[in-house]
Amino acid sequence: MSDLRELYQQVILDHNKNPRNFRELPDATTKVEGFNPLCGDHYTVFLKIDGDVIRDVSFIGSGCAISKASASVMSATVKGKTRQEAEVLFDTFHKLVTGETHVSDDLGRFAPFAGVAEFPTRVKCAILAWHTLRSALEGEKQAVSTE
Amino acid sequence: MTTRTADRGPQTTAHRSPTTDRLSEAQPLRSAVRGLRSDYDVESIRRDFPILARSVHGRKLVYLDNAATTQKPQAVIDRLVRYYSEENSNVHRGVHYLSEVATSEYEAARTTVKRFLNARDEKEIVFTRGTTESINLVSQAWGRANVGEGDEVLITAIEHHSNIVPWQLLCGEKHAQLRIAPVNDAGEVMLDQFANLLTPRTKIVAVGHASNALGTINPIRQMIALAHANGSLILIDGAQGVPHLPIDVQELDCDFYAFSGHKVYGPTGIGVLYGKQPILDAMPPWQGGGDMILSVTFEKTTYNALPYKFEAGTPNISGVLGLAAALDYVSTAGIEKIGAHEHDLLVYATGRLVEIPGLRIIGTAAEKASVISFTLEGVHPHDIGTILDQEGVAIRTGHHCAQPLMMRFNVPATSRASFGMYNTREEVDALIAGLKRVIEVFR
Ligand SMILES: Cc1ncc(COP(=O)(O)O)c(C=O)c1O
Repeated sequence: MSDLRELYQQVILDHNKNPRNFRELPDATTKVEGFNPLCGDHYTVFLKIDGDVIRDVSFIGSGCAISKASASVMSATVKGKTRQEAEVLFDTFHKLVTGETHVSDDLGRFAPFAGVAEFPTRVKCAILAWHTLRSALEGEKQAVSTE
Repeated sequence: MTTRTADRGPQTTAHRSPTTDRLSEAQPLRSAVRGLRSDYDVESIRRDFPILARSVHGRKLVYLDNAATTQKPQAVIDRLVRYYSEENSNVHRGVHYLSEVATSEYEAARTTVKRFLNARDEKEIVFTRGTTESINLVSQAWGRANVGEGDEVLITAIEHHSNIVPWQLLCGEKHAQLRIAPVNDAGEVMLDQFANLLTPRTKIVAVGHASNALGTINPIRQMIALAHANGSLILIDGAQGVPHLPIDVQELDCDFYAFSGHKVYGPTGIGVLYGKQPILDAMPPWQGGGDMILSVTFEKTTYNALPYKFEAGTPNISGVLGLAAALDYVSTAGIEKIGAHEHDLLVYATGRLVEIPGLRIIGTAAEKASVISFTLEGVHPHDIGTILDQEGVAIRTGHHCAQPLMMRFNVPATSRASFGMYNTREEVDALIAGLKRVIEVFR
């Protein structure tokens, strides 16, 4: 049970219930779909990019609590960041959920996701929105899949 | 409506559905089921399955993912060990002692399968890798020779991907049409609509005996009769039929019947295609190679007789022997008794699940195998699966290889509990307790 509480932290449950930026973006410059065929998670990430800066981010779709909370946190953290900063955030998040780094003070909003590393089958859920973001930044039109 | 196959005697009603509104109606059935169950010793059966003694995450394993694959009894495991430690050799080609032993055991296993399905002849039993390969064999060898432009193939809306995609490939190649018989909100194929979709161009019908995603048992007797009256052949995907229902292919009169060993307590990588002999005889071979030939010159090859014509290359010998051991095990326990035991679990589990607020059962057909798909309001199936797993309860979550069906019911995914011959009511209770934990976490 303690492990479960680590995974389903209150912050994650809150984001799942009330995801941030959960809407379409009418003036998006790119949108990319991401899905996880194993469990049916399916999101579309919208970006409004202005030069090097991500002016706005939003997402729609459905999936498990982990994937939705992660998409919500992703949208909140990369808004206003440069492409390069977003890449660094991707990396930090990826390392955290795959257990390469451990929780530290500077993880901020990512900290609640540290528990994911204990659940290998759920890592894909946590990084789905981030992978989708990355391919949107790389200008890919293809849907991405974490399988 | 009695739609089941080859079911005779007092257990005829044993598979009646436990849909919510039928629960009260199902009560008297329970006692009938109990009578049958009296000599079904589930505890002794459990002891035959070594894996059931293990724990997962510090909890006793509660394995409720039998529609995905079943666990193996010691008899099957022992059979594999015996083959590799005492009999290993190639079949149909050596004159030495071991090859003779392996060949005769291999062919004896074919006889076991023949008896299990009540086929007329061993020639009608082709060993394949599983249901998927069996269906592909038919769609390619029979389909390519018999389906042409403008022809039609009829399937239903509750098929597994492996009974959809092979036909799509065939229809794509031949410019034929794939027709889909729709289901009602209970997840039952509507026979009148099914009948309407049969046309003079329908070359073959391919339907599941039971749905892995919803549990629905299709009225295959009627479907077979309708297909034949229309002059069409019919294949039954029996992946979810064989583990739960007695099968008599002669009585059914289906043209093809496919199933997988691993879903009926046998090894993975082995399955069966039953086909009526005249149809198999008329079919061109599928894969070429050793064993499927009589003589080869660079100018011309003469193919071997049935069933070897369809068994190219060294077969999965240990798998075949393990499958026969599994079918023997099931026959000893009694498929009717297994079905009745599972039905009791289905009724019990359905009754307990519907008490959970926000829980919706997807698939409430009047005739169901022991499969329950459900959704829980506000919680994604994947989260349910993870939390149950921490409690030692293994279920399946996702689209169950039936994406079109998920769309029909407007759900991205479901959670699915499926029962096998060794499950118990206590295990159903563990599932219910686990779901209460899910609700606690997500409250
Ligand atoms: C109804 C049905 N058909 C076909 C299959 C495919 O079986 P296999 O993967 O063993 O070939 C399955 C397995 O999930 C099934 O449930």
